[in-house]
Amino acid sequence: MDIVTHCNVPRYLHNDLPLGNPLGSPGDRETQLESVLSALQLAISAEHSVVQVSDAAWKGDGQWKENYNKVDQSNRQALLRLGQENRKKRAENKARGLAR
Amino acid sequence: MKNQKFVPYMERTRLFYQAQGFEKAYTWAHFEGTPFAKPKKPLEDCVVTVVTTAVAHAKIPKPIRRAESIPFTETPARFETSELSWDKETTHTDDRQSYFPLEILNRLAGQGIIKRVSKRFHFVPTQYSHRATINADAPSIAKACGEDEVDIALLIPL
Repeated sequence: MDIVTHCNVPRYLHNDLPLGNPLGSPGDRETQLESVLSALQLAISAEHSVVQVSDAAWKGDGQWKENYNKVDQSNRQALLRLGQENRKKRAENKARGLAR
Repeated sequence: MKNQKFVPYMERTRLFYQAQGFEKAYTWAHFEGTPFAKPKKPLEDCVVTVVTTAVAHAKIPKPIRRAESIPFTETPARFETSELSWDKETTHTDDRQSYFPLEILNRLAGQGIIKRVSKRFHFVPTQYSHRATINADAPSIAKACGEDEVDIALLIPL
């Protein structure tokens, strides 16, 4: 929500679900269809830029909202190592000409 | 807007990369103003396509992937999604229809709710380079949509 509104897109339909299933949870055909229909309706009917929040909700509890990319003492060292590996890989890619 | 608490992705991302030792905070590409155009046709006369971040051709190394316009007839049964950032602790991407609505669009076309599904869908790589996204990938997709006479493009990132 915050990233897309920051980008200033003309129309945005927000499903408040964990990242990975933007149209609806796995197997939830009803929400998936509703998402596409709502997005198409927004495309046709909006008179100005608009953000619309759907009724879609994750079936479990809301803990995923707290956990996603969370940094705390339990993963601080692991993240630092991950960053070091990431920078090393990027440097290697660049040296091999794998960059845009 | 409803009284709902949304995940603060920008703040979370800043802290996540800061914890990885990146000194420069990530900045998101954005428009200064909001581009807006209202379609001049009813939905039943519209050709519809999809823009996805799910990877169709995973053999191309991630750092040099470019936007691709791919016939819907070549839609992979499983896209590659493991290199993308999504909530791998909470959910999965085994159900393609949870992020790529080919079956739904075909059904809507069959029912006459949209005119038809476009010949091609579009892959856009998730990369750090604003330049690559704004100057190369986005114009490439816009050009292909023009060639395919697309009226509505649904951007559905993972």
